[in-house]
Amino acid sequence: MPKLTIDGHEVEVAPGTSLLQACAQLGIEVPHFCYHDKLSVAGCCRMCLVEVEKMPKPVASCAMPCGEGMVVRTDSPVARRAHHSVMEMLLINHPLDCPICDQGGECDLQDQAVAYGFDRGRYAEAKRAVQDKELGPLVKTVMTRCIHCSRCVRFVDEICGTPELGLIHRGEHTEVSTYVNKPLTTELSGNLIDICPVGALTNKPAAFTARSWEFTKTDSVDVFDAVGCNIIVESRGDAVMRILPRKNDAINEEWINDKSRFALDGLTRQRLDRPYVRRNGKLQPATWEEAFAAIADTLNRTDPNRIAALAGDMADCESLYALKNLMWRLGSPHMDCRQDGADYDVSTRAAYVMNSGIEGIEESDAILLIGTNPRHEATLVNARIRKTWLKRGCKVGLIGTPVDLGTPYELVGETPTALLDAAHPFMDFLRHAKKPMIILGAGALARADGAALHRVARDLAEKIGAVREDWNGFNVLQLAASRVGGLDLGFLPQEGGVGTRGICSGKMKAVWLLGADEIDMTTLGDAFVIYQGTHGDKGAHRADVILPSAAYTEKTGIYVNTEGRPQRAERAVPPPGDAREDWKILRAFSETMGQTLPFDTIEQLRAQMVEETPVLGLMNERPAAPWASFGKEGSLSATPFTPVIPNFYMTDPISRASVTMAKCTEEIGGQNRNKAA
Amino acid sequence: MLTNKDRIFTNLYGFQGWDLAAARKRGVWDGTAALIQKGRDWVIEEMKASGLRGRGGAGFPTGMKWSFMPKPSEKPHYLLVNADESEPGTCKDRDILRYDPHRLIEGSLIAAFAIHAHTVYIYIRGEFYDEASNVQKAIDEAYAAGLIGKNAAGSGWDCDIYLHRGAGAYICGEESALMNSIEGKKGQPRNKPPFPASFGLYGCPTTINNTETIASVPEILRRGAAWFTSFGRPKNAGTKLFCISGHVNQPCNVEEEMSIPLKELIEKHAKGVRGGWDNVLAIIPGGSSTPVLPKEICETVLMDFDALREVRSGLGTAGVIVMDKSTDIIYAIARLSRFYMHESCGQCTPCREGTGWLWRVMQRMVTGNATVEEIDALLDITKEIEGHTICALGDAAAWPVQGLIRHFKPVMIERIEQYRKQAKAA
Repeated sequence: MPKLTIDGHEVEVAPGTSLLQACAQLGIEVPHFCYHDKLSVAGCCRMCLVEVEKMPKPVASCAMPCGEGMVVRTDSPVARRAHHSVMEMLLINHPLDCPICDQGGECDLQDQAVAYGFDRGRYAEAKRAVQDKELGPLVKTVMTRCIHCSRCVRFVDEICGTPELGLIHRGEHTEVSTYVNKPLTTELSGNLIDICPVGALTNKPAAFTARSWEFTKTDSVDVFDAVGCNIIVESRGDAVMRILPRKNDAINEEWINDKSRFALDGLTRQRLDRPYVRRNGKLQPATWEEAFAAIADTLNRTDPNRIAALAGDMADCESLYALKNLMWRLGSPHMDCRQDGADYDVSTRAAYVMNSGIEGIEESDAILLIGTNPRHEATLVNARIRKTWLKRGCKVGLIGTPVDLGTPYELVGETPTALLDAAHPFMDFLRHAKKPMIILGAGALARADGAALHRVARDLAEKIGAVREDWNGFNVLQLAASRVGGLDLGFLPQEGGVGTRGICSGKMKAVWLLGADEIDMTTLGDAFVIYQGTHGDKGAHRADVILPSAAYTEKTGIYVNTEGRPQRAERAVPPPGDAREDWKILRAFSETMGQTLPFDTIEQLRAQMVEETPVLGLMNERPAAPWASFGKEGSLSATPFTPVIPNFYMTDPISRASVTMAKCTEEIGGQNRNKAA
Repeated sequence: MLTNKDRIFTNLYGFQGWDLAAARKRGVWDGTAALIQKGRDWVIEEMKASGLRGRGGAGFPTGMKWSFMPKPSEKPHYLLVNADESEPGTCKDRDILRYDPHRLIEGSLIAAFAIHAHTVYIYIRGEFYDEASNVQKAIDEAYAAGLIGKNAAGSGWDCDIYLHRGAGAYICGEESALMNSIEGKKGQPRNKPPFPASFGLYGCPTTINNTETIASVPEILRRGAAWFTSFGRPKNAGTKLFCISGHVNQPCNVEEEMSIPLKELIEKHAKGVRGGWDNVLAIIPGGSSTPVLPKEICETVLMDFDALREVRSGLGTAGVIVMDKSTDIIYAIARLSRFYMHESCGQCTPCREGTGWLWRVMQRMVTGNATVEEIDALLDITKEIEGHTICALGDAAAWPVQGLIRHFKPVMIERIEQYRKQAKAA
């Protein structure tokens, strides 16, 4: 534990701490550009120079480890002179275009120039101009603004595992570029916009639309996958303008994927903003009363045993709870929250969550992926796997379709039967690992042999010692933000009820779709379909009555991520037109049916929900799920796994409505891309 | 004046062959095994006692550098020989590489033994094609004769030597950029710490020495530290290769005693300055990065690390560039500024941006299209670069301009006034 003095304050730090980190611990600000705490140290911007006694030259504090007895000055004439010098050098070739730069207001260079710069320039020569690079539909470049901090290069190398950016040429001709203007293919490219300290890499879809100080910021949770990334929704008036990551080291650190960030234009397109009722085969606008009356009329005439409910992938716990309650009051046992048709044993929580947690990945030394491509299914989980590989050199094996994960892995097999291949060297390695881990893709569990796969994986986990007192490496990687919440709430076939496969068999007379769009609508037969959702997508086209509801940015709601961690999203903007929050729609409709749900406010609803399902009350916590016996016997098929997400950029009603995501699909190519060569 | 019997580099001019047989006649590979068998501590102590300072420019004591290497562990140790000689005005290593490669190989073996290394990389400048070819042939000869490889020269030490050709970047002569280059990365200097002795090539303990340094080692050990220290002033001991170029009657490479007066060096070996000593305008004493010295200082200054430092220049690589009165000194220094701009790796800010700035202002200084105040601004810019960069290239770019302003400011002012007069007339 070296002890040192910084600006007269003594501090004791952990070995290996850099001077810059030690300064941060003391609350002393050292200006910097290239340093980023999630990236390797480059020490190249030279902005963080400080004076250290007995050293002949000022040293880069980001790259200098603390030493015993060091005496550091961050505000001495030498250090100040260094800051001024580097700032002047950075500015000589930086364009003076702040008024038209989208980074304005959140620009490190701007802020630090105010604090450490001169009040005038001495540079009388011609400034350098750099040709802009085409990085695809998401990241806009103005390369003349680049200060060569190399954060972007390190980000794609280290975090993404797609080394697509590099510094080409040298000296003052140095430029950041992809290989011959190839667009970026990483799903994390939007984070480049955040880490770029200047306006060289900015948000292309949001170019010239707003200034950072105009936004109202709302803490929320991402719903495009089951990771539950923490986000900040930035809105101006009624419009969501930007979505940024919110730091949470347990889940997404400080990154989010491109769909989470850029699909927001889908929130304003194809929206259902008033109720519709199908009359004479055509959907016609209606009032809420007319829509409710039409539903009540049908449901009153229908045998409760022929009524069913299906929940979609973005439903919040509150609406799931309200709908379950309503179905129970109507006397229907048929409901399911797994629209993919999965039918594995979910009798205990440990059977369907990520028991190790996302942070737990970092402890593992051997990870077996089964039937999953985490790069598309849970980008931030994939980033965590890569981080672990980079930091600790964990071994990764895959049973599934060969894909480019950005992390080297060993392909153990392409069919479920490979799970039984105990002789494979990787399986042997897994058995001898200290903290082995299995990550089972939820997409694979929706296969016909999914239930058996679940059981075999569980047995394997026990066999390799992945389930112990101090460690549980049995992980199910869910795909949908609503899934764990739905399973926790028991939004499942009740006694005598059928699940998704039964509901989608043409036998139901009335089906309530809560944002469920990913089923084959023809399988509903001639049922009366009530679609409660946000977008004019597949479900709405099939519907007999449409109930417009609020999207995730327009309501407060609890989502449980794949780790089983409940998190609350807050409302950033109001829903469009007549759309309402889902639980309110269900509560209002229950009154029409004379089956009034017993809550009037969301607080009452939550109190009841938590009483019935206490785990949902443990906000932001990850309660350990006790291990129990689970699984259904069955046999594994020899059919190879297939990609679960054919197009990363379009997986749900919001991203399908997004123009930006359509551009990504077209330019980067969502279809079967980044296959292993 | 150094006598022939005291020269280390007896084939500096290539009058004899460079191959193994010829080298042996010169005494190379004579009793190498015996030197090694005297033990590691003896070698390092002898090197320390000899006071040999690194010949690559910085002048760090070689023996001390070797003693910094950690004890052997499971990590391999590496010796790197820096043969990326690219400093304008310097061509001493080149003649060792092409005319006396065995001396270098013998030195590499002894140095590798001293630092527990079994692997030596000789990183040679890309443009040195013939030199690389000779060194490679010499390595092959040495392998064939059992002088390197397993039980090298019968010493009991295993030592492999590899030649690595660079691609011609000046910055790859910087030790950490050289390591990056060998590793296949972009030749960009690394931050220090960690220092190469603890975390060098491939993250392993590494010592990196200049070609001349390594090539001097066997002879120093054979003749003893006392012999070596008998030349030059204290702390500046030994013999040294000087490269004399520019406006002299006979540009040459010559091995001389350290601390020889600059004037004597030029008069004796380069047959004097073109047009006589009084025709001297200025001399760059140690390769392009050392500040230029005006005639008054050149009259008396001694050629060693400390004497040149006292006059705010440096011995550097001992590349003496002589400029007579026909020289446009501002243009000469501006050309060096352009060199450093071109060779900046572009990694860190002050050097990337500052070297270009220097060159642009220097260009205007050449024509006089500037103001007198800008001379001070220029000096200030050099101070903004100096000491703020990752490696010494920033300093190397700043020093020549500082030297120019220090000694030739009146010339610069005159140029500006002249330009104004002409502009007014036109």
